[in-house]
Amino acid sequence: MNIVVISSSKVGTKTQTATKKVVELIQAHYPGESLTLIDLKELDIVFSDGRNYLDYSGDTAYVTKTVMDADVLFIGAPTFQGSIPATLKNIFDLLPQNALYHKTVAMIMMAGSPKHFLVAETQLKPILSYMKANIVPNYVFIEDKDFHLQKIVNDDVLLRLETLVENTLVLARTYAEIWRQQEDSYDF
Amino acid sequence: MAKENKNCLPAFDASKGIEFGIYTLGDHLINPHTGKRISAGQRLREIVEMARLADDAGLDVFVMGESHQDYFVSQAHSVVLSAIAQATKNIRISSGATIISTSDPVRVYEDFATIDLLSNGRTEIVAGRASRVGLFELLGYDLRDYEALFEEKFDLLLQINQNEHLTWQGEFRAPLNNAHIIPRPLKGQLPIWRAVGGGPGSAVMAGRAGVPMYMAHLGGPTGAFTGTIAAYREAARESGYDAAALPVTTAGFFYAAEDTLTALREYYPHINEGMKFTNGQGFPKQAFAQAQDVRSIINVGSPQQIIEKILYQHEQFGMQRYVAQLDFGGVPFDKIRQNIEMIGTEILPAVKKHTAKKEN
Repeated sequence: MNIVVISSSKVGTKTQTATKKVVELIQAHYPGESLTLIDLKELDIVFSDGRNYLDYSGDTAYVTKTVMDADVLFIGAPTFQGSIPATLKNIFDLLPQNALYHKTVAMIMMAGSPKHFLVAETQLKPILSYMKANIVPNYVFIEDKDFHLQKIVNDDVLLRLETLVENTLVLARTYAEIWRQQEDSYDF
Repeated sequence: MAKENKNCLPAFDASKGIEFGIYTLGDHLINPHTGKRISAGQRLREIVEMARLADDAGLDVFVMGESHQDYFVSQAHSVVLSAIAQATKNIRISSGATIISTSDPVRVYEDFATIDLLSNGRTEIVAGRASRVGLFELLGYDLRDYEALFEEKFDLLLQINQNEHLTWQGEFRAPLNNAHIIPRPLKGQLPIWRAVGGGPGSAVMAGRAGVPMYMAHLGGPTGAFTGTIAAYREAARESGYDAAALPVTTAGFFYAAEDTLTALREYYPHINEGMKFTNGQGFPKQAFAQAQDVRSIINVGSPQQIIEKILYQHEQFGMQRYVAQLDFGGVPFDKIRQNIEMIGTEILPAVKKHTAKKEN
């Protein structure tokens, strides 16, 4: 399994903190898996101009190719203006329309207020569905008050992140086995 | 009453059925069955030989596209087509596509008119916009002008075709002041097609210009492409042209073997692995498996099954010409030869017979 974790905020540290925690959990529980953390705060990504993802250069090409090579994606995102950040939407725009076909995708959403609880449901899931992702149904929603000095201080959140990592890997491995059986059945 | 169409339209004899050709993009990829890749020189020579075999087998047209990406040998496609003109006798020779956006239409016309004279009047041009855009940077163009470059230069190419002396001014090329553009092709003009892939936007532009349309397709149900052809004909009608007089070519994956499963088994790795290199994504096996259904546009299977599919596509599209891409992804030459033989002996005669328009 090729696992990629995306921290999609250029602002503050909460998305970074949460995605680093996801990385720690994967390393602890699934040490044999290939794992990459993409932190958009550290990278210089151009806006999509419609070209094939292979035709970009620099950090943009690194991100598009890394995401396309992934079997499993964990997407960590803040809530801006009641939606996902433009930095994350741009990553989707850089990719082909069926880029997430046969990829298992999990979501971790940050927000300053519980009023944003459904942003993942109404803003992020439709895009992932359109791009043919196999979405992990439940996501982890984390509020500002669950962080303190770049640490998650709410045990409930930490346990929910553990559950998310476990469910995602179980689903990804199960899908991989189902797809293998399905492709074998074609007999060519 | 339709208005006069000044574009040169290729002549088709409906009583003989549709035309059948093959096309190559000149990809230069590893054969996934062996893990080996032939040299660029061998690939180029095999493309010329493929055209010669197609000519011998009685196919109507051989088409070659231009690409400047990695894993291709077709950068100088007009040079290869010129070699093909020398190696063949009867088959028509066409580009598919020439990327007119990043070329000088005057030079393109000079090249293809020359090939036309060398081939004794067998040459056509298919002009396209490029599905991959690395050549914009390579050749010094700005990708932001993607559409404007094509529309201006394609229109200039059409004007050159209609006017031996031309005065012209535009944004992306030096002006022409009563310029004498020679050589002229054997019949005075060359058939020039517009390449269309993807959605109906480009098809509508082809219809408005009253030029023939060359439509490439990868996979999916045949019915998904009827909208593009309808949009083309509708746009032509709205612009005052006789839509029925405008020909359509369809182009897509093709592979024949003695039975369907063998064809799928042999060709799928070429498509799947080849597309990973050229497009960055493989071809889903589930979608390829649907090629067994007559309604899938991928012409892979036994000769009989392919005949049925092309006839179905002809019912849906009413195209005048079908061109098959049978060499993609490192298909070894003995299989290319076998495919051309099957086309010549079984598929082409049956398709022509059943699509020939009967006299009332």
